[in-house]
Amino acid sequence: MMYQVTDLHLSLPDMTRKPLVGAAPRIHILKGLTFDVPKGAVLGIVGGSGSGKSTLGRAMLRLLEPTSGQIVFDGTDVSHLIEDQLRPMRRRFQMIFQDPMSSLNPRRRVGGIIAGPLRLHGMETAGKVDDALEMVGLPRSFASRYPHELSGGQRQRVGIARAIALRPDFILADEIVSGLDVSSQAQVLNLLEDLVRELGLTLAFISHDLSVIRRLCSRIIVLDQGKIVEEAPTEALFEAPKASYTRALLQAIPLPDPYQVWD
Amino acid sequence: MRDARAEVRRPIGLRLWLSGGWLSLLALAAIFAPLIAPHDPLAQDLFLGRLPPFWEDGTEPGYVLGTDSLGRDVLSRILYGARLALIVALVAGTLTCLIGATLGLVAGYYRGWCDRIISRFVDIWMAFPPVLFAILLIAVLGPGLISIIIAIVVIDWTRFARVIRAEAMSQGAMDYVASAQVAGRTQFGTMLTEILPNVLPTIVALLTLEMGIAVIVEAILSFVNLSISTDSPTWGGMIAEGRTSVHQAWWVLVFPLITLFLTVLSFSQLGEGLKDRFDPVLR
Repeated sequence: MMYQVTDLHLSLPDMTRKPLVGAAPRIHILKGLTFDVPKGAVLGIVGGSGSGKSTLGRAMLRLLEPTSGQIVFDGTDVSHLIEDQLRPMRRRFQMIFQDPMSSLNPRRRVGGIIAGPLRLHGMETAGKVDDALEMVGLPRSFASRYPHELSGGQRQRVGIARAIALRPDFILADEIVSGLDVSSQAQVLNLLEDLVRELGLTLAFISHDLSVIRRLCSRIIVLDQGKIVEEAPTEALFEAPKASYTRALLQAIPLPDPYQVWD
Repeated sequence: MRDARAEVRRPIGLRLWLSGGWLSLLALAAIFAPLIAPHDPLAQDLFLGRLPPFWEDGTEPGYVLGTDSLGRDVLSRILYGARLALIVALVAGTLTCLIGATLGLVAGYYRGWCDRIISRFVDIWMAFPPVLFAILLIAVLGPGLISIIIAIVVIDWTRFARVIRAEAMSQGAMDYVASAQVAGRTQFGTMLTEILPNVLPTIVALLTLEMGIAVIVEAILSFVNLSISTDSPTWGGMIAEGRTSVHQAWWVLVFPLITLFLTVLSFSQLGEGLKDRFDPVLR
């Protein structure tokens, strides 16, 4: 198993309701999640906004510390490791962020953005940056460009290149196509599909859009208000959704209607 | 295509040339003042008092911008005054920037108790009226170059701390900071290699602004006779002296005033010009 998550709870202080004196009240975001991510699997995590899916992603990467419960990554309990202990492991689980405009340092060139993590883990950078650019389908000359000189789809490819350059075992993709237009979405999804196959990655793909997830994932978790309401293989979920929340999500997918008449 | 973009991004920058040119000229004048000044800036000659600048009637050759009521050459005094003005601008500006920006960066990036202590300290500090504070400080320390610099640093570091803290906070919320953590960078490393390059344009803009302010503060302190001793020529001191005889000899007031004005303007424009020229991110 790549990830084993057991009874995961997470609450964060609500600074907007912090009283003048004393601690802020805590909001309970994740309420007892239990699931596994087998090696080589592509897991879809679906839910509406506020369902806790991004928080779950950030807890899995230990950008947030769980309040209780266990996160086991490849046999190591990472739930409460301190940053110094996590750092050597961080090469193995990487993340692709939702908004590449925010996740790529605007004052660094693409080459530096991809090489930075490599250097931190003592890997040689020379060929690897070019390799990573090539794998995501960007020309090598892009290494000397700044993020604002690229289009949205190209920026997201840089985000992917940075994650795969480290050759991680696991990648979390957090809503990575929601900011892109439909044709870039398709390209980025195709790319991700190819990379998963070529590199033998384990992937968790967070999205609010079930149609995007259907393309990519073998198994789906549906989150609603911090709880798993349904967990099923992709086909089963699309054919016979059990939870009413899942049915509502499925109904929200716009279907192409060949008989539509414009009047 | 690459070249075309490079041209678009790098305009000639008239602003940078003009402000940089004036400041370099001033720096050269300050360094070589003993060589290029036509007269001893302190030499008095009452027979040559209140000579007008060269284009008016009744001038003496060699006194290009005229003399003050004691017969001291205005041009030479402006050149020597540039020394003090630039030393104060550079030293006080840099020190203020270092102290303020460091505290602001730490407070804005680390947040937590560190931010609470620094921010409360800044709030309390800013509640003191700055000019009174400076005058009090110099009264205690005694007049002199060092006291002026200390006074400026002590008054103005809060400006940097405030602005850089806000900037570091907004940068700290960006995903590239989370991404650096995912990559395994330490917090301190992230602050230096990810946040600092992004607040640097603001720091440079503030630094040049602060240098202009330092020149003004020095002039204000000279004006109230709290700068260094009265016989060293300072622009503020000249303005103060010129004010008393503005109806008889306007040039004693106007020339140092123009120099002061152009210098302060150049400092603030230099910041903008540097940003246009070197910041890769187009705003």
